[in-house]
Amino acid sequence: MTETLNAITVEVNGVPRTARVPARLSLVDWLRDELRLTGTHVGCEHGVCGACSILLDGEPIRSCLLYAVQADGHRVTTVEGLAQPDGSLSVLQDSFCEAHGLQCGYCTSGLLIAAQALLDANPHPSDAQIREAIGGNLCRCTGYQQVVEAIRLAAERGAGKITP
Amino acid sequence: MKAPPFEYARATSLAEACELLRRYGDEAKLIAGGQSLVPMMAMRLLRPAWLIDINEIAALKFVAVESEVVRTGACARQAVLERDATIGVRMPLLKQALAWVGHVQTRNRGTAGGSLAHADPSAELPLVAQVLGAGMLLRSAKGARKIAAEEFFTGPMSTAMAPDECLEEVHWPLWQERRTGSEFTELSARHGDFAMVSAAAQIALDSEGRCVRAALGLGGVGITPLAFPGLTARLVGTRLGENDFEQLAREAAAQCDPGSDLHASAAYRRHVAGVLAARALRAAHGRAESVQ
Repeated sequence: MTETLNAITVEVNGVPRTARVPARLSLVDWLRDELRLTGTHVGCEHGVCGACSILLDGEPIRSCLLYAVQADGHRVTTVEGLAQPDGSLSVLQDSFCEAHGLQCGYCTSGLLIAAQALLDANPHPSDAQIREAIGGNLCRCTGYQQVVEAIRLAAERGAGKITP
Repeated sequence: MKAPPFEYARATSLAEACELLRRYGDEAKLIAGGQSLVPMMAMRLLRPAWLIDINEIAALKFVAVESEVVRTGACARQAVLERDATIGVRMPLLKQALAWVGHVQTRNRGTAGGSLAHADPSAELPLVAQVLGAGMLLRSAKGARKIAAEEFFTGPMSTAMAPDECLEEVHWPLWQERRTGSEFTELSARHGDFAMVSAAAQIALDSEGRCVRAALGLGGVGITPLAFPGLTARLVGTRLGENDFEQLAREAAAQCDPGSDLHASAAYRRHVAGVLAARALRAAHGRAESVQ
């Protein structure tokens, strides 16, 4: 059978992108396979691991649990959208490097999105609030301690609101 | 692409959603937050021919705290309810339960109505609905009807909703007693995972400290969330103490019918049900007492 293609327009990292997608294409597959924004990772594909976290209209969600067609008319920010306009790392990303908040890096883009959303809403979170904010992101390397330290460091450095 | 093929329709009004449901019947599924539905489709446990998206219907997203009830639109996000300051004050049980529902990312997308319609017997919000005796306003192309939680939940992932019906509103009853306390607690392998057992309690006291109203519920230990109105009615008119909590929790646990799986045996679940029920009653009572 030929699948119906649905026309969509989604603002991705500030740029309107249009496509025609089958309804069952997940947002993360569209971002990675068609827009080639491969910073967002695919882990479990059923909403458990958090690797595919993106911001939808400024709020962190799992992009494996949204069909691309559902994002039509909405605003998406991926990890590529966190970097500064000249491509250099954001305060948060730099803090992850400095505090060794990653090892293999698979979960990192999801953690960065979760952490940036936290700092956007709450620039000076407590450690408990940091842990709550990243509670939906599985990391099998770090044990989370350095991730918490990285986010705390970013907060101290004023990792300001960078998402519109 | 993991999900089987389907056709997508974005409803822009409740009337349009109902019309699509009338047309496609059980060939169609409504998608709200999709936090349970999308994984089930990814695993191909569900193969709807049509997915009717109700996320763009603004009229289904309201939260209205009234004098005797909190009314929420079926598509109100869990995160919106969690952040609602008035709900936190007037209906703390709902806020307490939401803290256990998944994670930030899933609560931003997941809806309370979707959780109720999904009717997972271990889920938090169906338990709150059952304990408080929430009402569900259902809409179809033929009209509307309202049913109580105890009739709404009919089994695991099963409700009394017909294939052509859409949940429109949830009516969460507010207790009027000033000295009311509540508690929600659960046991899971990790916070945010599916609960092995969950417990919710709400207790109201008079100025003398006597119980005027009490409710207790347990989740994950039956085919639906369970409430125990027969047991809690006995508490009314008495001053409650540790023995009452223990006794009531034991009797409630004895009435449960949990299953066994990889995570926990039926006997273990029943034991934990008693422990959590006593904890929930004790904490709810303590909160009610602390209101002067």
